[in-house]
Amino acid sequence: MAKKPRVKVQKSAKKGDVIQIKTLVPHKMETGQRKDKKGNKVPRFIINKVDVTFNGKPVISADLHPAISANPYFAFHSRVDESGTFKFTWTDDKGTKMTTTKSIKVN
Amino acid sequence: MRSKKLLSIASLVGFGFALMVGGFTAIKSGYAEELNEAEKRAKDPRNKTYMVGEKSSGYVYMTAQTRDMQDDDFANPAFVWVDAGEEQWNKVEGSEGKSCASCHEDAKTSMKGVANKYPKYDKDLGRMIALQAKINMERTKRMKAKAWKWESDNMLGMAMYVRLQSRGMPVKVDVSGPTAAYLEKGKKFFNQRRGLLDMSCKHCHEDNSGNLARSNVLSMGMPNGFPTYRLKWQKPGSIHRRFAGCNKNIRAKPYKRGSEEYTNLELYLMWRASGLKWETPSVRN
Repeated sequence: MAKKPRVKVQKSAKKGDVIQIKTLVPHKMETGQRKDKKGNKVPRFIINKVDVTFNGKPVISADLHPAISANPYFAFHSRVDESGTFKFTWTDDKGTKMTTTKSIKVN
Repeated sequence: MRSKKLLSIASLVGFGFALMVGGFTAIKSGYAEELNEAEKRAKDPRNKTYMVGEKSSGYVYMTAQTRDMQDDDFANPAFVWVDAGEEQWNKVEGSEGKSCASCHEDAKTSMKGVANKYPKYDKDLGRMIALQAKINMERTKRMKAKAWKWESDNMLGMAMYVRLQSRGMPVKVDVSGPTAAYLEKGKKFFNQRRGLLDMSCKHCHEDNSGNLARSNVLSMGMPNGFPTYRLKWQKPGSIHRRFAGCNKNIRAKPYKRGSEEYTNLELYLMWRASGLKWETPSVRN
């Protein structure tokens, strides 16, 4: 099943508006603390980096650590001065990258 | 001699009575606190639509943070699965070259109110079948595709997507005809003591709803939000998974997902929840 990241960005805004952006990304976020039935440690497998850029310029960049729930939800605010595209990148421990883009029109 | 004995018995009885009174007052003060909690829940304006008469949905017993998650479709992680379910609805699979949408078209109209129709009596099998079982029947018979596992992401996504179309509608189960006998069986299961702890569903979810079991508030055991995203599971789960978990907690051997016993129980719970509104996909702790 294709589970995709969910991102909510309003379609249009006025120049200089501060908008809220919500993201939810499906991931199991294995902490690395648990043991399986045989007593072996389940290796850590989490999203360790979240990057958001707007027209190539960084908006937010976060390092994540264990003790964040599965399917993590992040919301943040950003000021928009021009029309453009938000690009979201999530990187996990195996180096897999999930990306989505959302564009916004600024009047 | 005889009168002395009687007197001592009388004093013993009197002492016992005093103890009992003392005991009751102690229990009473405990109740008072719990009543406050119950009152708080009843007064909370957010809970208003989730309480119908004596019945209250599991939503009412959740913390404010959990309810926030359910109220906002975006913050509700179950929608990741629902989105995938919507994708599956339109995906052609199997040798017949069909998708769900080829026959049922737009789920938003065709699946409206379907949540109330399951569990349903199946003539060929001669038993009740749950929504998940029906989805698999359609897949194997009509689409000639592979059946999904009960607790697989695909199955949960599809079941939630179908039930989502009935969200906000009151739960109303048709228990006429052959269904009535199965409702009775479900009721029997609900009231039957089982497991090492010798407890029935009723003992927690009817007699003690709103009280604490360790640190958890017991709900009334209403099925109107299932499949639900459970924070403990960190993923959605079917009501049969919840049944199995409950059974394990009282040290009883759980039945299989989709078994007759659990399907009948599901039917009884649906009937019991009549009037409450569909909440699928809900968020529970």
